[in-house]
Amino acid sequence: MTDLTQLNLADARDGLAKKQFSAVELTQAHIDRVSASSALNAYVLETPEKALAMAAESDAKIAAGEARPLEGLPIGVKDLFCTKGVRTTACSNILGDFTPPYESTVTQNLWNDGAVMLGKLNNDEFAMGSSNETSRFGPVVNPWKAGDTALVPGGSSGGSSAAVAARLGIAATATDTGGSIRQPAAFTGTVGLKPTYGRCSRWGIVAFASSFDQAGPITHTVRDAAMMLSSMASFDKRDTTSVERDVPNYEAALTGDIKGLRVGIPQEYRVDNMPAEIEKLWQQGIEWLKAAGAEIVDVSLPHTKYALPAYYIIAPAEASSNLARYDGVRYGARQQGTDIDDMYAQTRAAGFGDEVKRRVMIGTYALSAGYYDAYYVKALQVRRLIAEDFTKAYEKCDVLLTPTTPSAAFEIGKNVEDPLEMYLNDVFTVTVNLAGLPGISVPAGLDGDGLPLGLQLIGQAFGEETLLRTAGVLEQAAGFDAQPQDWWSA
Amino acid sequence: MSVDENMVRRIANLARIGVTDGELPALAKELSAIIGFVEQLSELDTDGVKPLTSAVEDRIRGREDIVTDGGYAEDVLANAPEKDDEYFAVPKVVE
Amino acid sequence: MAENKNLISGATGDWEIVLGLEVHAQVASKAKLFSGAATEFGAEPNSQVSLVDAAMPGMLPVINWFCVEQAVRTGLGLKAQINNYSVFDRKNYFYPDLPQGYQISQFQQPIVGEGAIEIDLADGAVKEIGIERLHLEQDAGKSLHDQHPNMSFVDLNRSGVALMEIVSNPDMRSAAEAQAYVKKLRAILRYLGTCDGNMEQGSLRADVNVSVRKPGDELGTRCEIKNVNSIRFIGQAIEYEARRQVDLIEDGGTVEQQTRLFDPKTGETRAMRSKEEAHDYRYFPDPDLLPLEFSQEFVDEIAKDLPELPDEKKARFINDYGLTPYDAGVLVGEAENAAFFESAAEGQDAKAVANMVIGSVFAGLNKADLDIADSPVSAAQVGQLVGLIADDTVSGRSAKEVFELMFEDGPDQGKNPAVIIEEKGLKQVTDTGAIEAAVDEVIDANPDKVAQAKERPKMAGWFVGQVMQATGGKANPQAVNKLVMLKLGLE
Repeated sequence: MTDLTQLNLADARDGLAKKQFSAVELTQAHIDRVSASSALNAYVLETPEKALAMAAESDAKIAAGEARPLEGLPIGVKDLFCTKGVRTTACSNILGDFTPPYESTVTQNLWNDGAVMLGKLNNDEFAMGSSNETSRFGPVVNPWKAGDTALVPGGSSGGSSAAVAARLGIAATATDTGGSIRQPAAFTGTVGLKPTYGRCSRWGIVAFASSFDQAGPITHTVRDAAMMLSSMASFDKRDTTSVERDVPNYEAALTGDIKGLRVGIPQEYRVDNMPAEIEKLWQQGIEWLKAAGAEIVDVSLPHTKYALPAYYIIAPAEASSNLARYDGVRYGARQQGTDIDDMYAQTRAAGFGDEVKRRVMIGTYALSAGYYDAYYVKALQVRRLIAEDFTKAYEKCDVLLTPTTPSAAFEIGKNVEDPLEMYLNDVFTVTVNLAGLPGISVPAGLDGDGLPLGLQLIGQAFGEETLLRTAGVLEQAAGFDAQPQDWWSA
Repeated sequence: MSVDENMVRRIANLARIGVTDGELPALAKELSAIIGFVEQLSELDTDGVKPLTSAVEDRIRGREDIVTDGGYAEDVLANAPEKDDEYFAVPKVVE
Repeated sequence: MAENKNLISGATGDWEIVLGLEVHAQVASKAKLFSGAATEFGAEPNSQVSLVDAAMPGMLPVINWFCVEQAVRTGLGLKAQINNYSVFDRKNYFYPDLPQGYQISQFQQPIVGEGAIEIDLADGAVKEIGIERLHLEQDAGKSLHDQHPNMSFVDLNRSGVALMEIVSNPDMRSAAEAQAYVKKLRAILRYLGTCDGNMEQGSLRADVNVSVRKPGDELGTRCEIKNVNSIRFIGQAIEYEARRQVDLIEDGGTVEQQTRLFDPKTGETRAMRSKEEAHDYRYFPDPDLLPLEFSQEFVDEIAKDLPELPDEKKARFINDYGLTPYDAGVLVGEAENAAFFESAAEGQDAKAVANMVIGSVFAGLNKADLDIADSPVSAAQVGQLVGLIADDTVSGRSAKEVFELMFEDGPDQGKNPAVIIEEKGLKQVTDTGAIEAAVDEVIDANPDKVAQAKERPKMAGWFVGQVMQATGGKANPQAVNKLVMLKLGLE
C-alpha cells in the first residue's frame, strides 16, 4: 500500500469512497507519523483515541453509503479553536489546562462533515507572532531546512503549516489576523486561505483582534482549501459579525478558466530591498496568469505603507481588551497575590509571554486618556483609506497578485530580539485584514536555498470563488511539487 | 513620542501586568520603538475621514427575549482555579 | 425665594447643594442584554450564567432586541431624543465580578439623548429636571465580601443583565428634589413597563453626584455616592454628604473628587478604596458588535402604543374629574393606584372616591403594609360604598365602619358594602316617622334644654347629637337637623 500520508484531501476522499483504504487506516497512518514528529513540535496535544473513534464512525458512515463531505479525513486543529472536552490554551500559560465545555462553530462544522481530529496544533501565544516562537510550548521547527539551519515555520499558525508540510495531517485549521495563515503557508510550501471577514464564525475561537480575526485552512492544494472552506464557512447567529450568506460549493468554482479575468498588480508592493528572487517570482506569476488568458492591469494602493503602523495600533488595542478576561478568576492558571489587584498582576505577569505583554501594553497605551485620538482614532481613519484603496483598485481589476512575504523562512531566533523586524513579515498580508478581504497564498517556487516561496492573490469581499479559481490556475502553472526531506521522523 | 519608565509603570498597572523595576528600562525602549514606528501615521492628513471600525457592512442582528441558556453552574465553575460551593472565590476585595 | 429654603447653613453663611443622578434601571426582560441566560431574581449562584456571561474564551455577545425596544420606549417616555444610530463601547477595568474585564456600555453615542422630567415640589410648584442621556449597558455580577475572612465570593447571575443608565443634569438642589426625581422617574418606568422599579431587589438604584457651593458660585467638586438603593437612603446620603462637604470646606479643606459608599447602618458615606489610576476606562467601540441602527418606523411603532404617562394622567384627573392637583398627584404616583381610582370612580362622584381612596384605602394599605394589588377592598366596593353614601343609604360615619369591616374581612369574605350594611344594621334611617319619634323623645326628656334652645338657637346641635346617638348614627343627619329645628320652633 502506498504511504497514506502522501495523499492530499481530495485524493484521500476519493480513495475512501473507492474503499481503497479505510478511514481508520488513513487516520492510523497519520497518528503514527505524528507520534514520530516531536522534533517539529507541531502538535501541542495529540488525541489519537478520539481520532480513531471518529474514524471508526466514518467507516460506518461510508459503509452505509452516508459519507459526508469530509468523511474520515484526519486534520489538525490550531490551539486557538475551543474544542469540547479537549484542552485549549491558545499556547499561553495563562490558560493553564483550560478545557472548554463547548466546541467552536468552525470545528463543529468540520466534525459535522465527517472530519477526524488528530489533535491540537502549536501557534504563537494568542496568535501574536510571525514565527511561532512565542508559544508556551516552545517554537515549531519548519520541516524545510536551509542546509543544517533550523528555520521558523512562520506564524502565528506555525503548527498548522508545519503539520501540513510534514504530512502530519491532511489539512489544518488556522486563523489569520495580520497574515497568520498566508505567511506560514508561504514559508512551508503549502496553500493558506484567509476568507473574507465574516465568512467563518469567530464563535469559540480565542480572540486576538476581533475586527481582523478570521479562520481559514492550510492545505496541500487549492482544491483542498476549497473543500475545507466549504465546510468551515457558515452563517452563525452567535457571531453577529458573521455574514448571512449562502456558502457555495467552492470546489465547483475551480474551472481552470480565467480568460478575460483582470489581474491587478499593485505598484506599491514593489518595496525597497525586496529580494530579487521574490521580484522574479512575482513577475513569473504575472506571466503565468497572462498565459492563461488573464488581462494584467497596473493598479495603485497608495496607502499601503501605512497599513502596518495602523494594524499595530488597532490589533493591540483590541487585544488589550480581549485579553482582559484572563484574570485568574474563572479559569486558567492563577498566581497567588497579596490582594486582588496583586493576584491579577502576578497572574498576568506569569501567564503572558513577552510579546503578548508588549502588545497588551501598546494597546492599553493607544486607548488611554490623552492618546486615544492621536493613535487609535487616527489608525481607524487610515484603515478606511486603505479599504478605499482596494475599492478603487477593484474598479479596474477582479483580483490582485502580490508576493506573500518579503522573504523566505528565516532562522529560528533571528528576529526574536527585534519586534519591529518581526512585524515587517506581515507587510504584504496585513492590508487584506484591514480591509476584511479574502487572500490566498499559493506555493510558487523555491529560492536559491531551496526554500519555498509563495504568491498571494487578493480577492474582493466574498469573492472566494474567483479567488480560488485564479489560485487553481496559478497552482497548476507553478506545478509546485517539492517536499521537505524527512529529517525529523524518530 | 517616547515611552518613559513612569509611563510603562502606569500602562502596566492599567493592564494589571506585574512589572518589576528591573524590567522597566527594556520595556520602555521596546515600547518606544513600536510607538515611534506607528507614529508614521501622523504624516497622513486624515481630516474628515470617518474612522472604520469594522469591515462588515451589514446591520446588527439581534435575538429575541427568550431564555435559551444557563442552568449549568457546574460547567461554568469547572475550570475555576478556586471555588466555594457554587461561587468563584478570589482574594478578599476591600471596597 | 423658593430656592432659599433649600440652602443649608454653615459657619461662613449659606450653601447650595447641587445634585445630579445616574439611575440604573434594570430592563424588564426575561433574558440578558447579550446572552440567553435568565434574569430572574433570587436564583441559585451561577445558575443563570451562560458561557458568554462568564466570558469564556471565544464567546461573543448577541444583542437582545427587546432591550433595545425598551430603551427606545423609555426614551420616548422621557420625551427625549432617540438616536437611530448608536454605538456599543467597551469600558475597560478589572473587577472580579466583571468577567470580560470590560463592561459593554455606550459612551460617545448613546441610544437616547436629551429629555426632561417634571417633578412636583412641596410648595405645589413644578420643576423641570433635564435628562442628559440614556444608554444601554451590562450589569456586573455580585461579589460577596462577608462570607469568608480572606476571600470574596463571586456570583455571575447578574452579569450581563440589561440596564438603562439614565443620567440627569445637575439640576436638583435638595434631597427632597432628588427623591421626587427618583419617584417620578420610577413612576414613568413602571407606567411604561420597561423596568419594575423594585429598589429592594436592585432593579433600580442610583449613583448620586453631590457638590456644594456658595449661591451664585461656580460648581464645586463633586463626590459620587454609588449604588444607593432606596429613596430614603438617597435622602440620608445627600444630607450627610452635603454637610460633610460644607464642614470640610469651612474647616479649610478641599473636597476631593471621589467615589463614596453610603452605609445605611450609620447613615454615613465613606470613600471607596481606589487606586489613583483606576479611572482610565479606555472606552472604544466594541469590535464584536456592529453599530446599533434602526429605522424611524421602528421608533414610530413603539411610540404608537405608549401608555398615558403620569403627567398626562394627572392633567386629565384634574380636568375630567375635578380633582385638586394634590389629590391627582397622589393618585397618579403609581399606575396601579390611578387605575384603582378610575375603576372605583366609574359612575360615582369622583372627588368623593378620591377622598376615600386616599383617606381610607391608602391609609389602610399603608398600615397593613399591603400593595394595592392585594387590597382587601376592591375598587368596585369602594365605588359602591361611595354610591351608598351619595344615595343616603349609609351615613358617612357609618361608611367608615363599613369600610373597616370590609378591610378586615379581606378579599376572601368579599362581602359587598350593601351586604355589610344590611347585616350590621347600619342602614341610614331616612324614614321621617322613625326620626320624628326619636326627636320627640329627646325633646320630651329635656324640657330645660328646650327652654335654653329657644334663647340660644345653637343648642339645636346638642339635640341633633342626641338623636344621632339614640339612632346609633343611622339617622340621616340632614333629616334630623330639619326636624329638630322644626320641633324647637327655630325655623
